[in-house]
Amino acid sequence: MSFRSAVITFPGSNCDRDMADALEKVSGTAPHRVWHGDAALPDGLDFIALPGGFSYGDYLRSGAMAARSPIMQAVIAAANRGVPVLGVCNGFQVLTEAGLLPGALMRNAGIRFVCREVKLKVENAQSLFTAGYSARQEIVIPVAHHDGNYFADAETLDRLEGEGRVAFRYAEQVNGSARDIAGVLNAAGNVLGMMPHPERVIEPAQGGTDGRALFESAVRGLVAA
Amino acid sequence: MKVRVFVSLKNGVLDPQGRAIHHAIEGLGIHGVQDVRAGKMIELEVDASVTDAQLEEMASKLLTNTVIENYRIERVQP
Repeated sequence: MSFRSAVITFPGSNCDRDMADALEKVSGTAPHRVWHGDAALPDGLDFIALPGGFSYGDYLRSGAMAARSPIMQAVIAAANRGVPVLGVCNGFQVLTEAGLLPGALMRNAGIRFVCREVKLKVENAQSLFTAGYSARQEIVIPVAHHDGNYFADAETLDRLEGEGRVAFRYAEQVNGSARDIAGVLNAAGNVLGMMPHPERVIEPAQGGTDGRALFESAVRGLVAA
Repeated sequence: MKVRVFVSLKNGVLDPQGRAIHHAIEGLGIHGVQDVRAGKMIELEVDASVTDAQLEEMASKLLTNTVIENYRIERVQP
């Protein structure tokens, strides 16, 4: 059974090829490449990825314009049907702007763009995306963002923590995120947004492999299901 | 008709940009500024047929992210 995935490209996306490459290397099947202006997604998708980048030049707010582009209606409908959706970096910003994930990503507390490897702690190792990790495992994944400072009100943060929806937490100071949150899940567990870039560390030639288990978890979970 | 939408960060939301501006003001040697919050103003040129409800919709659904921002709409008299 082959793994049917799609990578959405917005004007200004720049990690879409890395994302497509990671999905192909881990699943064995090349993803569909979908343009933001398309009205529909390919049929029968197992997985949708929103890549990193600077969609629409970060105009208005990071991810704000992309969240309202034609294809997002189809992505929102698919997410609500239970199709797994992964948003990385700008993709995470798009997911919050589209209302698929709570909270918002604001300018880094230190104001500067942060581009380096960071240590993360896997907080929830039971989700579709994280089952290949062990709980509390420490992994190293690169970040590259200006607006990664996760914000939500205290009530929302308490709910996310109480429901096990914090997937990853920074194990060091990175961007001032509330409670060091690096990645969050939706209530149903089929949508994950994260600032770090797992697609950049899937094989040794990239300098690390800690991101590979995320894609393996999704592929295994779905092919087995 | 000109309409201005003023977008500001909600109280309690950290504003690193405002803090940096504050710091730079102190660098000018001017003292007595207690706090700085940065926002933005979006100016629209609209037909008279555009209703207040439509302006509210634009402001709340697109021009601001109501998780972190407030807005104020001002119709500018010609």
